Amino acid sequence: MGAAEKIDAAKAKGGAAFIAYLPAGYPDVQASADAAIAVVESGADIIELGFPYSDPGMDGSLIQAATHEALSKGFKMKDLFGIVEQVAATGAAVEVMTYINPIFRYGFDAFARDFKNAGGAGLITPDLIPDEADPWIEAADRYDLDKIFLVAPSSRPERLKLVADSCRGFVYAASTMGVTGARSSVDNRARELVADTRAHGAERVCVGLGVSTGEQAAEIAEYADGVIVGSALIEALRDDPSLARLRALASDIAAGAHGEG
Amino acid sequence: MNLTGPYFGEFGGRYIPEALIAALDDLSDGWEKLKIDPAFKEELAELNRTYTGRPSIITEVPRFSQHCGGARVILKREDLNHTGSHKINNVLGQALLTRSLGKTRVIAETGAGQHGVATATAAALLGLECTIYMGAADIRRQALNVARMRLLGAEVVSVNQGSNTLKDAINEAFREWVATVDTTNYIFGTAAGPHPFPALVRDLQRIIGDEAREQVLALTGSLPDWVLACVGGGSNAIGMFTAFLDDEDVRLVGLEAGGEGIESGRHAAPISVGDVGILHGAKTYLLQDEDGQTLESHSISAGLDYPGVGPEHAHLSAIGRVEYRPVTDAEAMEAFALLSRTEGIIPAIESAHALAGAMKIGTANPDATILVNLSGRGDKDVETAAAWFGLDGSATREVF
Repeated sequence: MGAAEKIDAAKAKGGAAFIAYLPAGYPDVQASADAAIAVVESGADIIELGFPYSDPGMDGSLIQAATHEALSKGFKMKDLFGIVEQVAATGAAVEVMTYINPIFRYGFDAFARDFKNAGGAGLITPDLIPDEADPWIEAADRYDLDKIFLVAPSSRPERLKLVADSCRGFVYAASTMGVTGARSSVDNRARELVADTRAHGAERVCVGLGVSTGEQAAEIAEYADGVIVGSALIEALRDDPSLARLRALASDIAAGAHGEG
Repeated sequence: MNLTGPYFGEFGGRYIPEALIAALDDLSDGWEKLKIDPAFKEELAELNRTYTGRPSIITEVPRFSQHCGGARVILKREDLNHTGSHKINNVLGQALLTRSLGKTRVIAETGAGQHGVATATAAALLGLECTIYMGAADIRRQALNVARMRLLGAEVVSVNQGSNTLKDAINEAFREWVATVDTTNYIFGTAAGPHPFPALVRDLQRIIGDEAREQVLALTGSLPDWVLACVGGGSNAIGMFTAFLDDEDVRLVGLEAGGEGIESGRHAAPISVGDVGILHGAKTYLLQDEDGQTLESHSISAGLDYPGVGPEHAHLSAIGRVEYRPVTDAEAMEAFALLSRTEGIIPAIESAHALAGAMKIGTANPDATILVNLSGRGDKDVETAAAWFGLDGSATREVF
């Protein structure tokens, strides 16, 4: 199942989708699958698995530290497909967030094939803009996968249109001009950015970067189609390996996003 | 050859977060306008003349030539520029571009510290705020340049990520740029990264080759047979090579850091032994594992210790116009010592790689004329060289 169906189902119930980011391989391969499954059980609609990469240009220090740990424990591409398979079995849509060199190296077509076979839904590509994405777009279309590109507060109108036209699944709106990391208040520019992106043709726009509470999730759910949360979940996972804190936080955010808060 | 980017053959492009596209577009448009603006050209030329000390001279080095098979060796002396390397050529242009874009602050990454020093210098000159990102390992091995940057008023940020070297400093600078792009321009130090940086840096460095070509013609009456330059990211080399690309009889050679030897795996020679990949915004050759994870590079020279290379070099290699060869740490240090002792010129260890190339090529071609870009001076490397040669700071002999 792709992201669009999950988002539409959440909207049909009067809320927005809860999209949870967790790094694959952190704290280890199986524990990352367990954490993602726990988050789905706590109400997440879409799981965004981060592929650990040596040069993560968009990630804040928390995610960098987590992905570095995964790599230092020997995380490999083949480990990713096993995690995707386990998480997809829960019925959640599984998107992989990846810097593009590992996919380029694996081969776009080969990756799309193996990822689809594992039950994956699509890719979120923070350092791949549609202008450079032809080989990925062709492979994704061949295997019916989501292609999720980003818009930012600095995106000019013609770029909002290009990104909106190129996405399948949803458009990822990076709400602040910065890297990932929980923030006390979500930038007001997010609301404007979602409206602008819709005005340029996007059907579904989800907001990420900076959300850490159910209250913030509820606020974003008022105007966006999905709420993306990462760093706060990783912090909960890091501080409590029993997953109890992670489950509690995910439930709180899910309630906020789904309009049940 | 038309090489304006964003692509050089299959290489280059912009593999970078959407949040930076507007800034890169502004930079690109700003540069296309500025580079043909007579007032800018005059201001940059004036700075080159009265601040940098251009044109830099060429020096024929007959005693060093004896170690190059007797071939005629001529050095382009970028080490004589203000701040001690070719980096100032690029930075003055980009600092003027920053001002014309209405931005008041610059950030930069630095490996050996030469680009950081040049950026801090230009920022002081033009009254811009300045922050320099530098890997923690490089901060340790280039303490002198850290002190210089701070004296010039720059903030120096130590990057404790990944391999704690240049590639990690670039990551951090890009991260900061995303958050501060409204007021801040990123002055990129080499002819790599996303478009327009490879072309922008090349445009500003081509003065090296333009001057040298004219100077060698005036001195010898003909073009050199070989033109050599060291290649890390590749800015001094592309600056030199650009002037000779259309001279088919001139053989161009880029010398990469072979570190402890290609077979050791501890090197920084992505063209010689790397694969095509995407790093820091561009498709190019890089050192990577089977999963596309960047491998750590190694070189005795902090300035060459980078796992990627500028995309135009990747293209020039792919089409066979420029040849790229590795030089080991040991070969570079031998050349470093020889130039110091035979000619009284202490080169940067980066440039010593190009000199080592001249020793090999000259030995095989004793009748050749070889032009070498001496991209920087070796003051910053004295401590590294002293450790390499076992000089402990004591006198040669004592008198009682």
